[in-house]
Amino acid sequence: MAKVTFITADDEQITLEGDSGSVMELAVQNDVAGIDGDCGGVCSCATCHVHVAPEHLAKVGSASEIEQDMLELDDNANEYSRLCCQIELNEQIDGVILRVAQ
Amino acid sequence: MNKSELPDPFEQARVESGVGYMNDQDDPVQILLRLKDVRKSAHNWKTFQSGAKPGRIVVPSEVNIRETRQIPFEVDPPEHGGFRKLLDPWFKRPLNDDYQQKLQAQIDELLDEVLNKDSVETVSEFSLKLQSRALTLLLNTPYEESEVWIGWGTHVFRSEGVALDGDKANILYDYIDEQIERAAAKPGDDLYSVLLNSEVNGKKLTKEEVKGVMILTFAGGRDTVINAVTNSIAYFGEHPESLARLKAEPEITGKAVEELIRYFAPLTHMGRVATQDTQVCEHAVKADTRVSLCWASANRDASVFEKPNEVVLDRKVNPHISFGFGTHNCLGATHARTIMNLLLKSLAQKVSSIEILECKENIEDLEQFKRKVGFDSLTVKFKNA
Repeated sequence: MAKVTFITADDEQITLEGDSGSVMELAVQNDVAGIDGDCGGVCSCATCHVHVAPEHLAKVGSASEIEQDMLELDDNANEYSRLCCQIELNEQIDGVILRVAQ
Repeated sequence: MNKSELPDPFEQARVESGVGYMNDQDDPVQILLRLKDVRKSAHNWKTFQSGAKPGRIVVPSEVNIRETRQIPFEVDPPEHGGFRKLLDPWFKRPLNDDYQQKLQAQIDELLDEVLNKDSVETVSEFSLKLQSRALTLLLNTPYEESEVWIGWGTHVFRSEGVALDGDKANILYDYIDEQIERAAAKPGDDLYSVLLNSEVNGKKLTKEEVKGVMILTFAGGRDTVINAVTNSIAYFGEHPESLARLKAEPEITGKAVEELIRYFAPLTHMGRVATQDTQVCEHAVKADTRVSLCWASANRDASVFEKPNEVVLDRKVNPHISFGFGTHNCLGATHARTIMNLLLKSLAQKVSSIEILECKENIEDLEQFKRKVGFDSLTVKFKNA
């Protein structure tokens, strides 16, 4: 099991638990505001953009080239940006804090 | 085994120069072909505007057959944002359970109608009906209204052999005018009534603005959905193993939908008008000239997609732009995705095989390029599971 904390644009903190799928799916299943996941998780729509807490960036890992190309065109993107459909939900990311970008 | 294939006519030009050229009624268009260029240009709405003269960003241009501005499609930020804020929640209704149950019932009923018939002409007897009936859910209008739309035939603007058909467009515009008057006289809970009673950017929508939204909703979601559905039937006709896989692994349905939509690219391209002199991949673009963003070419860009010309049913990373990209991304995408998702699930459950008996390809003429976008007709036999 991994715990993931989302902080929404309204500063609401939501901590959720899961053990499979992607972080985007966990957020969508639990109606986290600002995570839409329109394309179902294939890195096409950029509606699951989060900023990873700086201290957790190492365990989440960095974006692939395709993901970076998408983020490059997002006005809210910064060095901590990820599309969370591309973050696998597993024990390695337990405790991570993600701020919803939209 | 190649009737369902949609070849990529853009490859050579995409690799060699990155752009194509189309004269289109003496208002020339530079067709942008590479994924990154298309995405960047779509993102850059200040330089590549949509809010030009109504009809001009459409290729072939509709400036001679239309005066009404399609909304929010032909409006740029900041006004655009107010319209999307109003419309987005309505167009996300397909995510609701009760919407999906109704849509699933429509699809299942239609499939039951065609199953085991000796022959079914997919475009007119299946895709057009499915699209029209589903549209009653999106507009929240009575189901019977779909009979009127089915009666219009497969194209709202286009008819066979004639790229631009003003008379057909007038049928739609007159119909929408009538519906707006009906809703104004006796408001209900359909989209017309909701729009007539809404404010955007601090002002009540005018009837002309409501008409602009409704034309977009009808026109944007007609050929595109019909092509996506028809092409899916052709694909599964030639790939029964994919149908079997969806039945065995329903969890990949979402990925399959995205991949089919990438491969089909039901809308080939969409134009923009340059607001200043600029350049794209070293090609000069002069102010007040047109470019088009070629989704269909971008989706086959081998610098991004492995095996771009193959349908990889469970493609995991799939940054296709069949629904456009950025500010003006497709308003109807949620509806379209939901239709495709439920259609694939129903096909997998109810159909064992689809035999293609006859077909006539629909080839779009982009002057330099001829692109197969789907079928004028596709006669098949569905066999039940």
